[in-house]
Order: sequence, then C-alpha cells, then structure tokens
Amino acid sequence: MIKTETAQYSVEQIVKSFGGARALSNVSMSVESGEVHCLAGENGSGKSTLIKIMSGVHAPDSGIIRLAEKEFTHLSPREAVQEGIQVIFQDFSLLPNLSVAENIALPTRIFNNTKFISKKETRNIAIEALELIGVDMDITAPVADISIASKQLIAIARATNLGVKMLFMDEPTTALTRKEINRLFQVVDQLKKRGVATVFVSHKIDEIQEICSTITVLRNGEVVADGLMKDFGAKEISKAMTGQDISTTRIAPMLKKTNKQVLEVKKLTSTHTFDEISFSVAPGEILGITGLLGSGRTELAEAIFGKYPVDSGEIVINGQSVELNSSTAALEAGIGYVPPDRLTQGLFLEQSILRNLVAVGVDSYKSKLGMLSPKKLIEVGSRWISDLSIKTKNSANPVTSLSGGNQQRVVLAKWFAMKPRLMILNGPTVGVDVGSKREILEIIKVRASEGMSFVVVSDDIPELIQICHRVLVIKNGRISREFEESELKDSLLYKELN
Amino acid sequence: MKINFKKLLSRNETVLIFAIVIFAFVIGSKSPEFFTLANLFDILRSSFVQLLFALGVLIVIISGGIDVSFPIVGIFAGYTAVVIMQKFELNGESLLIPIVLAIVIGVLLGGFNAIAIAGFGIPTLIATLGTAGVFRGVMLSFVGASFISDIPIALDKFSTADLIKFESEAGTLVRLHVLVIPIAVITVLISLMLSRTFFGRSIYALGGGVESTRRLGISVKRTQTKIYMLVGGLSGLAGILYVSLQRKANPYDLAGSELDVIAAVVLGGASIMGGYGTVFGTVLGVLFINMIKNNLVLLGVSSSWQRAAVGVLLVIGITIQAISENRKNRQRRSATETEGE
Repeated sequence: MIKTETAQYSVEQIVKSFGGARALSNVSMSVESGEVHCLAGENGSGKSTLIKIMSGVHAPDSGIIRLAEKEFTHLSPREAVQEGIQVIFQDFSLLPNLSVAENIALPTRIFNNTKFISKKETRNIAIEALELIGVDMDITAPVADISIASKQLIAIARATNLGVKMLFMDEPTTALTRKEINRLFQVVDQLKKRGVATVFVSHKIDEIQEICSTITVLRNGEVVADGLMKDFGAKEISKAMTGQDISTTRIAPMLKKTNKQVLEVKKLTSTHTFDEISFSVAPGEILGITGLLGSGRTELAEAIFGKYPVDSGEIVINGQSVELNSSTAALEAGIGYVPPDRLTQGLFLEQSILRNLVAVGVDSYKSKLGMLSPKKLIEVGSRWISDLSIKTKNSANPVTSLSGGNQQRVVLAKWFAMKPRLMILNGPTVGVDVGSKREILEIIKVRASEGMSFVVVSDDIPELIQICHRVLVIKNGRISREFEESELKDSLLYKELN
Repeated sequence: MKINFKKLLSRNETVLIFAIVIFAFVIGSKSPEFFTLANLFDILRSSFVQLLFALGVLIVIISGGIDVSFPIVGIFAGYTAVVIMQKFELNGESLLIPIVLAIVIGVLLGGFNAIAIAGFGIPTLIATLGTAGVFRGVMLSFVGASFISDIPIALDKFSTADLIKFESEAGTLVRLHVLVIPIAVITVLISLMLSRTFFGRSIYALGGGVESTRRLGISVKRTQTKIYMLVGGLSGLAGILYVSLQRKANPYDLAGSELDVIAAVVLGGASIMGGYGTVFGTVLGVLFINMIKNNLVLLGVSSSWQRAAVGVLLVIGITIQAISENRKNRQRRSATETEGE
C-alpha cells in the first residue's frame, strides 16, 4: 500500500528585498495535500525568490510561513528538509563528483539524521527511490557523466523519496523532450495520489494547464491572480503574467528582397556536436535558431564566431571565406557575438559603464601615437548611452549598478560600436524583465532595418516569432526544419521542438 | 563482478603505483642500497609527519578549499606545547601531556581558520595565508623565538622508540619506529570517516558544489568549521611528533614544507577543484615524494634540486588533472548528444 502524506503549507504576507530592490511584496499562497499548484510569472517576477523562501534558502524580511500546525518566521534548509519540503531546482543542484546512488540517498540521510553510512544502504535507498518513479539506471555512475534528462530523473527520484510532503519543481521541463515530459507528468500524478503537495513552476502555458489544478500568478513581486485552473484560459494567464495583452505581435521589419548574402554557412561540422549545417543570412535579416538544451544550438552559434572548435565546413562573410576556429578572424570579418551569460562572459562587471562600452572597439579609438584620448572615449560612450537609452546617472559607475536589461544594452552597445555586419545574439533576453525585453527587441529591429543582420539563438519561442524573419530548429546537431516567415506559429514551432 | 580494467588503469592510484615502481627500479639499478629494509624504513620514518599533514590537506582539498597554514599550526602547537611543559614544570616523563596539549592548540588555531573561512567567508587560500602570518608572528613574539634542545624527557626518548631494531649483515642499523602503528590507525580512521560517515560525505558534497550542498540542508558553515578544526588537530599532532622525532623544538622549522605536502596530495589524485581525492592516493603520494626526496642523492642529483624536483612533480600532477578533465568534458558532451537521440 502506498502511504499517503498530508500537508498543508501556506505563506502569508511575505516581504523580501535585496539591497533596496523589492523582490516580493505581501505575497500569500497556500497549497494542500494532493494538490498540483502552478506558480507562474515572467523572469524576474519573484517566483524563484518565493520558492527559495518557502524551502528555507532565503529568510523573508517579514511574513509568516505555516506548515500544518507549525508557524515559522523563517526556515533553515535543514528544517525544511526535515519538515518534508523538497525542491527540484532548475539546475538540479546535483553533486557531479558523487555517484547517482549517493546523490539520491543524501536527503534521506539528512532526513533520518544518519551519522554512519553503509554503501549497501545507499544502494537500497537509491534503487527504491528510482523504483518509486519507475526508472531504471546505472546507479554507480558519477553524476558528471550522465545526460541532462537522466540528471533530471535523479533530481526527481531524490526529491520524491520517502518523507516528501511538499515538492517544488522549478521549471522542470526546460531540458526535456515531449516524451520525457509525459513521463514526468506520470510521476507528478503518482505523487498526487500519495498525497504530496506539488508546486509546479513553468512558463509553458500548455503544460501548466495540463498538469495543475490551481494557479498563482506573480508579477513584479506581487500576486496578480490566483484561483482554480479551470477558471483561467491561456489568454488570461499570459495577460496576468505580462500585464499586457498577448504581446506576440510581430515587430520584425520588412525585409528587402535581395540576392546578396551577408553570411553563408556551408556544411559546418563539429564531430559529436553538429553535422553539415548549412544556411545563409541576407542583409537586414533576423534569423532565429532554436533547439532544446544539448541540441547543439549554442555550440553552433559559438562556432560561427570561432569560439567552438569546428572540424570541417566553410563560413563566408560577404563573399569572402573566413578562417575557421578563430575569433579574431571572425571579428575582423565583421561578426559580433553576445554570449548567453552576459554576467560572466560579456562584461567587465566591476569596471565603469563607459569602459565597457568602448572595450571591444578600443583599437579603433587610438590616436596615431597609439594613445587613447579620454575625451574621445567619453564622446563615444555618451553617444551609445543615449542611442540605446541606457538608464544611468553617470557613465563612470560600475556596470553592476545597472539592472539586467540595462546591462544587456551595454553589451549590445559595446558590439554595435564595432559596426558589425552580423550580430550573433545567444539568449539576448535571458534574465531580463518584460519591459526591457521589449526594448531590446526594439533595438534589434531598428538596427536590422538599417541593414545589420542578426542571428538570434533562443529557446523563447514567442520572442523568436516576434522578431525573426526565419527560424531554424536544431535537433541532435542537425537542422530539422526551417520555418519561413509565413509559417511562424508557436504551435508549429513547439511541435517541431518536441 | 567483472573488474573494469580500463577504469582501473585510468585511476590516479594505479598511475602512481606504476610511477613508484618505475622510479624504484631506476634508483635501484643505480644504487643497490635502495632495495634494503633500512632504506624502506627510512622512507617510512620521514613520511610519518608528512602523512599526518597530508591527511589534513586532503580533507581540505576535497572540500574545495586549500590550507597553507598547516606547517605553522604544526610547529606552533609543537613548540608551544614544549614551552608550556617547561614553564609550568609539567611531568616530563609523560608523553600524553605534550601530545594532548599540541592537539588542543592545533584545534584552537584551526578554529581561527574556521572563523575566517566559515564565519567571514574569506577565500580559503587567502584566509590561511593570512592566519599563517598571524600565527607565526604570535608564536615568535609571545611564545618564544629561541631554539629548545632540551625537550621533555619522554618526547626525547620517544624519538628512538623502535618497534623493530637490529643490525643488518652490512652493519647498518635497521630501525622501524613504533609510530608506524598509530599513524596507520589514524590513516584508516580518516579513510573510514571520509567514506562511511555523514560528515565525510558532506566534505565531498561541499567540494562538489557549495550551493547544492546548502540546498540539500547540510550546514556549510558547520561542516567547514569541523573541517578546519579537525585539520588543526591533525597538524598539531604532526607538529609535536616532528619535535619529538627531531629531538629539538625550533620555531623556525617546517615553514616551507607545504610544497611537499600539497604536491603529495595532488599527485595522489585529489582534485584542486575539490570533490575528489582518496586516502590511499594520498598515502601513495607521500611515499612517492619521500622516496624521491630521500634518494635523489643516490641518483647523483644534488640535494639542492630536491625542491625543484617536487615542484616539477606538482606541476605534472596538476597538468595531468587538467588534461583528463578537458578530455572528459568532450566525451561528456558527445555522451549527452547521443543520449538525446
């Protein structure tokens, strides 16, 4: 017989600020045993913060956490685990150096407060946990060596092991194929029958509607809607999330017909990663590239910029073949690249905004003697700040003083200053709030209508539909389908992706 | 169960055993003295103190940190214990008193490291570099800066407490120190602690990822505090044994020995990035380093090259780690690709 858990978990009037910025204001939410509750909201709406507070990672500034009969002002991660709260984080939070079995068994150890560990017991806990969700895999392998989908299953097995009463899943489907998602949903159903309360976080409205019975929508740290799922349609949910009517109206500029190509990629191959990829981009064209995690989309984008090793193929810019595997050659040919993680790869965070703006093109600002004139630099910097409406009082402030959206604009400006023919943007709006996202897409649009070409790599389908002229879907390192402007519908794209 | 030879061969320990065997034959072929019991026991004797230090460093490295203060902690504890014994005229016949004193002092100093690292969140290298300077300064200005040659009688006697002692046919004295037993016991205990206790597994978890460990509900600060205090205690014990084996307490000793110890641990397969490392590997690493240091002379290499040799070994060890890590990453990428199909 399956043991049924009972849980009633609620938070009331939660307030949390980070260094003056309010992340959550007066948020209340409650989940009951056997309920699958959807927590929806755009990036930066406060979902992750709320989960972290509910699972004891962060302490709230004020508010009450209520677990069954107990009341807390804040939880420690250990208390949370011992109260039966488990979180499946977006990055899974697994330990790569430990075996699958140990990764699964650790929370049970903490739950039981075990001091001594036997390998046999570890094995048994892991096998039992995997059986519970109907999965079979090699439990002795180190987690570092297994695929993303398997990692997800381990994270689930680990979290749903005995003792779990309250489960948080933070965007659990991002890395999964449709088949794997179906399996995940079966697991969630089982948990529901066991009486586990589940909070399911996702952007994907079709999935939310399929699996959840209740919903809470956050926007800018406030609850803007909550209730039974059946009272909400897809439109209402996305309106609540964004605060505007569905914003997938296309803003891509008209494309002038031409036979010229700015970029031609011919049979580009990197063993094990992508295979014989060919496509081209016309002047002023915005080409979207999408695919699941691990499909090779990011590596392809990096390869065009010479950052990811390529084994064979050709890259042609304006009719001229470019040396492969060299970022310097790519730069000289007029290719710009904005990485997905702007914070670690695209910016010198502690340096001033001005210095960041002029960093890439610094060679072109040199005087004849090879000296940099501060006056010239300030002139160039100020122009970009006003051109891209970067919100700052003083360009001498460090980049860290800017919001995510403004930081992304600094990255873009830095590259635009080079006057590239082609910009590759990898995840241009990741971690950027809704308003800034709009403005960034507007910036792309304006530059494209002036003739700059773009390759936009993203897993945000609505965004691609909004801005792109064409979209390529990459699967297992190959172009599985090309969508022309007239075919750009999210249902079609989602279907092709999964 | 089938033994996976490929896996076994790629293990650091296996590589190290091969290296030890090859070096042994190279040195042995040049000098027959190498393959004598006396030489083996000499290598063991010179390894005792280093192994204790190395076990501490191993624990810290697995947890994702690095400790460079252990030689100072060791000599601080050893020297101070002797000074206290003399000042308060404690029973010089007792071996236990100075050892316990040194361990307690070591744990206390480790506690300061813990405050800097777990309390203030200072990066481990900088924190221990700083505390090492402070400890050294405090020792030299408040405890004493002079060489003590008349150490307590029990400590002095202990230096010649041999388990096995006889004269070989060639007329050399063959001695195996009694410490081989307690050191072996401690080594096994540390190994069991790392593999069989929750605390031990938390150390590996910490090295695998601090944030992931915290999210699991393991207290990072508490674990770090325990780690640095334990390492302090080990260093203190190593320090007093060093004093005893040398039959003198010199506050300027041991400084600079961190290179040998860290090299031994890294050669033994502990990853400087944290998360990986075994006691067995560390034991092999210590033996390897001492074998080389003790016998370079037999090869006709001047002893002034010893440090350089150890430095080269350290660089080689880290290079091997970096290369295999890169190769693994590539394999991993392709593994993800094929599984995705």
